[in-house]
Amino acid sequence: MRTYDAVVIGGGIVGAAIGYGLAKRRVNVAVLDEGDTALRAARANFGLVWLQSKGDGMPAYGHWTRRSTELWPDFAAELADATGIRTEYEKRGGLVICLGEAELESRRQLALRLHNQAAVYDTEVLDRAALQALVPKMRLGAEVTGASYCPHDGHANPLLLLKALHAALKSHVAAYLPDAPARAIAYRGGSFTVETPAGPIAAARVVLAAGHGSAALAPALGLSAPIRPERGQILITERLDHFLPLPASGLRQTADGTVMIGATHDNPGFDVSTTADASAKLAHRAVRIAPDLARARLVRTWAGLRVLTPDGCPIYMESATCPGAFLAICHSGVTLAAVHAVDLAGAIADGALPARLAPFHPGRFDVSKAA
Amino acid sequence: MFRRLPEDARALVTVEVEGRTVAVPAGSSAAAAALIAKLGYTRTSPATGEKRAGYCFMGVCFDCLMVIDGEPSQQACLVTVREGMRIERQLGARRLG
Ligand SMILES: Cc1cc2nc3c(=O)[nH]c(=O)nc-3n(C[C@H](O)[C@H](O)[C@H](O)COP(=O)(O)OP(=O)(O)OC[C@H]3O[C@@H](n4cnc5c(N)ncnc54)[C@H](O)[C@@H]3O)c2cc1C
Ligand code: FES
Repeated sequence: MRTYDAVVIGGGIVGAAIGYGLAKRRVNVAVLDEGDTALRAARANFGLVWLQSKGDGMPAYGHWTRRSTELWPDFAAELADATGIRTEYEKRGGLVICLGEAELESRRQLALRLHNQAAVYDTEVLDRAALQALVPKMRLGAEVTGASYCPHDGHANPLLLLKALHAALKSHVAAYLPDAPARAIAYRGGSFTVETPAGPIAAARVVLAAGHGSAALAPALGLSAPIRPERGQILITERLDHFLPLPASGLRQTADGTVMIGATHDNPGFDVSTTADASAKLAHRAVRIAPDLARARLVRTWAGLRVLTPDGCPIYMESATCPGAFLAICHSGVTLAAVHAVDLAGAIADGALPARLAPFHPGRFDVSKAA
Repeated sequence: MFRRLPEDARALVTVEVEGRTVAVPAGSSAAAAALIAKLGYTRTSPATGEKRAGYCFMGVCFDCLMVIDGEPSQQACLVTVREGMRIERQLGARRLG
């Protein structure tokens, strides 16, 4: 039986980042993944490295996300050095562009509320003229009133990020095993045995980071993964001359010049089809923000499923009944990739989650406990 | 590489390919007009700057994007020539403003 120090189940952005972080600490690690037809949010997302809206009601999430935005520049540089793959990460701040006074006022309220919970955001609310000064080449729609601006925000190419993480795993002699889904996991005598179609694998530690696949595997390990899918649809335009120098939530121009317009939220279950209704809504709002986009051609549209917890914040936990089994779930896998690779992988390598991750335990959803 | 069929006896239409006046058979596509004009490449890639031209000539590959009568990103292989049509190379990424 093949034996590793640690097995990470799931090779999406979360599992790959943790696996990479473990491998860097010389933990002998294998990352198990499914094949091409799996549900993989990591291949459908928007690519924001985003702080400004995170953590309302959970200040620990604000601090954790800010930490990741601090780690991202070195993380991206290190991945590029190790693999030659540049993730196109840029940190010029990020915008939430508002239509009408009510939207701007509610952004202002959110910025204040978040600041009062954790002083990590440094978000400013900009009027229309100040926004225009940040995006001089973009003609603003008549209804645009301004934007909130957070200097810690940024964006990256999520597909290149995933590719770089997979490549970095190999460069650290860690194993990335696609088409090797974990079918079952057993815990006996302080060690885990993971059944896969490629044969059983043994490890002293297991990290469950399989996105939607985590729900089925969690109970046997004494872990709790109360998650549901939320569909998000995205539109992609042809490549355009650069006009948007920093990303906005729902509107970002990639290094190649394509514009991503996103994303919707609905709950059709495990369904990744796209709908004309969602495309129309996305296009309509984008054109109200930037009327010239009406002339751009759309070349693609897709849908992905967010991995959502009841409060939208991440879940990190270690099993009480199977020590050495960890769970990591989040719906901001790009944003948190850096802190997952550095702090979370470091804690798992050391064998215990630090106290500052206690607020992320799923015990918070246990009503009788909270009452 | 491309030659017109000898029996082609259709009426001719006059178009402008990169500023040059060219007579092409009625019913030709703008991409065919570019071939008849021996234009060579018909766009440069916004990603790499590479010179490209039509490939499939049946609306699938999008390699034939040109500026037609001032409107960018037209699939030249799907546009039928009209008298006086202006057909131009599309260089790099299109500008919106
Ligand atoms: C529309 C949309 C927009 C988004 N925008 C952003 C954004 O702008 N910024 C941001 O930070 N985040 C964004 N996200 C979220 C981000 O994509 C997710 O947080 C991230 O992909 C979750 O990573 P994951 O690894 O947990 O899950 P996934 O990416 O789904 O990966 C899970 C992996 O586990 C594998 N797996 C499942 N079961 C098993 C098993 N039994 N054994 C082995 N492997 C298994 C799957 O094959 C898959 O590869 C967005 C998501 C969506 C859907
Ligand atoms: S040549 Fe292929 S789409 Fe026009």
